[in-house]
Amino acid sequence: MKQFLEGSWALAESVKLCRPQVVSAYPITPQTHIVEHLAQFVANGDLKAESVNVESEHSAASLVLGSEAVGSRSFTCTSSQGLFLMAEVVFNIAGMRLPVMMVCANRAVSAPINIWNDQQDSVSLRDSGWIQLQAENNQEAVDLIIAGYKIGEDPKIMLPVMVCVDGFILTHGMETVDVPSQAEVDKFLPAYNPPYKLDVADPMSLGLLGDPTVYHENRYALHRTLLETIPLIEQTGKDFKAQFGRDSVRLVEEYKLDDAEIALVAMGSVCGTIKDTIDEQRAKGVKVGLLKIVSYRPFPDEAIKKALAKATYIGIVDKNISLGATGANYAEVKALMPADKKVSGFVAGLGGRDITPCTIQGIINDTKGAVNVCKFVDLNEKILFGEFKV
Amino acid sequence: MEREHFQENLYVSGHTACPGCGQSMAARLVLNVAGPNTMIANATGCLEVFSTKAPETAFGVPWIHSLFENAAAVASGVEASLKAQGKLSTVRVIAQAGDGGTADIGLQALSGMLERGHDVLYVCYDNEAYMNTGIQRSGLTPFEANTTTTPLGKNSAGNPTYKKPLVEICAAHHIPYAASASVGFPQDLQKKVKKALDIRGPKFLHVHVPCPLGWISEPAGTLEVAKLAVQTGLFPLVEYEYGKLARVFKLPAPKPVEEYLKTQGRFRHIVKSPQELAKVQQTADKNIEFYGLK
Amino acid sequence: MFSILASKAKTSCANKTGTWRTMKKPKYLRINCIHCGLCKLVCPEGCIEGKEKNKYVPDYDYCKGCGLCAYICPKKDIEMVSEDTEVK
Repeated sequence: MKQFLEGSWALAESVKLCRPQVVSAYPITPQTHIVEHLAQFVANGDLKAESVNVESEHSAASLVLGSEAVGSRSFTCTSSQGLFLMAEVVFNIAGMRLPVMMVCANRAVSAPINIWNDQQDSVSLRDSGWIQLQAENNQEAVDLIIAGYKIGEDPKIMLPVMVCVDGFILTHGMETVDVPSQAEVDKFLPAYNPPYKLDVADPMSLGLLGDPTVYHENRYALHRTLLETIPLIEQTGKDFKAQFGRDSVRLVEEYKLDDAEIALVAMGSVCGTIKDTIDEQRAKGVKVGLLKIVSYRPFPDEAIKKALAKATYIGIVDKNISLGATGANYAEVKALMPADKKVSGFVAGLGGRDITPCTIQGIINDTKGAVNVCKFVDLNEKILFGEFKV
Repeated sequence: MEREHFQENLYVSGHTACPGCGQSMAARLVLNVAGPNTMIANATGCLEVFSTKAPETAFGVPWIHSLFENAAAVASGVEASLKAQGKLSTVRVIAQAGDGGTADIGLQALSGMLERGHDVLYVCYDNEAYMNTGIQRSGLTPFEANTTTTPLGKNSAGNPTYKKPLVEICAAHHIPYAASASVGFPQDLQKKVKKALDIRGPKFLHVHVPCPLGWISEPAGTLEVAKLAVQTGLFPLVEYEYGKLARVFKLPAPKPVEEYLKTQGRFRHIVKSPQELAKVQQTADKNIEFYGLK
Repeated sequence: MFSILASKAKTSCANKTGTWRTMKKPKYLRINCIHCGLCKLVCPEGCIEGKEKNKYVPDYDYCKGCGLCAYICPKKDIEMVSEDTEVK
């Protein structure tokens, strides 16, 4: 049913519809509303789950690791510093093949402390073995949570899923979202039935010491499984569309790329602004398009190569920076591109800095100019050289 | 696996603990009392490392190891899932960790678990140092013990601080049961485990376990060493219920600390010095007075 | 693809730690045993079997020779003897 509501509320509704048995999180801006709504659902009896208010993010992730291992569909939610505090648990959960679901409300990382949006947090954990899906808007977020559970819990996959939503922009933005009914979600997402779990009827030990004779193979198995998730995401996307009528679940979205000379690459809510700017530019005759990455991990290299095959000028917009190198998406996409393409990387929107159509305009122009592997757009010289310098 | 002792025990042979390891003994005593309907969340440490090297495990019940400091949080999750599935009435949850994984890096998660009231028994196996990583001091290392990070030297007589009052810290959460036990008194340990597991809610058990390697003591002396720790007043056996001291193991004639200290190489320098000996005797005397052991 | 993820209960039986012994092992005299069960209770390996007086047996495939059974026996009915001694 279509509702006009705050993003956090829509996400909480989506989680509720997936019937998790255990929910545990620790407060951090801008994730708070999601968890508060879930707490209200539990308090009202609308969600029958154990909702555990833990004493830190490290414990939140540890708790859902434990509950998932005993066979409960579980959920946690965090941002930025919280994600970093639970980082070792995040790697642990993937290594132990437990399909926990997390919503990461993307937020910039300290220092300086900043509560506004960029994607540094989830991007910094891209090595962890989690499936990472980035939503452009709240409809996609709602849909990716439902599909994400199904993908992660597939008995051949059994990997945790991180649905990333730009903090404040999506979490606190009000949008019209079609929130599915419980019956529809139940039809698409069956009860969690893991191929292994802690059970007194069949005792086993989980979380073993893996010495050099076995660790290498374990990591390969994880890696292989993530790659095998690529076709599964595509298939699940088709199934999702068949039932719910929406395209939300996919590896990438190609927007006006068929005849594009210039192609921008980006993730998340900025894609909405980019699409608007592309429409404006197209009206003026500029052949520009957008490749939106939805599945960040596994990294859909074939889909990306295919989408960018025709464009000559590629501009990659990163809302993150691997300090001392380049934006993360720049590095990974550039590696796939043949030598004859002109690939530039742009760092924009860090710490919640607005990315306007004007900014995108500038990026499109720069993409056609001299190649620049890492340009921080819209730098304010006054602040850079002014009163904050020591 | 068909041999009788494999059938009779829930923590079995084949683990690679040092000969005479107090912790392996305690783990078996605890688990045999807990029974097959038990799930364990174990922290990183000696017990985990010597019991579960892939592809083997010495545990006969469902068991999970995650990280070093989160045994209590993982156990909370195990409990929450059992509760959500309506199985908590028939399955017991135990969180176990060493002294470092409990009193230092694990203290936050433990406190959270106790405060939230999870139905979990937390067992701390205290061998008084980070043994698995090579005998480094922890918050439960006793006064002037020689460890690799509090070594003896011109400027050092060993660990300069006293054991964190772990049982009191847990009891201060007003949980139904917080107690100390020792492998030197194995039947008492088992009784306390049984008592704890019959209670619903958060429980804590602090178990003293000698480490022949780290303490530099005889493997065959593990039980004697543990007994002496109790009998000198250095490791009192106490029980708290809802924050109030309920029972103590009385010592009508406490043994002098020297009898205990001389069994272990880590205290050799103390035994040689009447001055240091007096300091350690003082800690024992303080315990005897505080708990009313005499 | 999974590789080694978990292990089934009690699979450590594959690791015969009895090979660790180089010096001493317990000899059960089976003369004065009172079936108190203390040796079986305290063995860190849990490898002692016994259900009746004078019928206790350590599993030498796993016994590490720590000597705690000999220490605890209230009747001194267990002796630590050299590893190459014949025992039953």
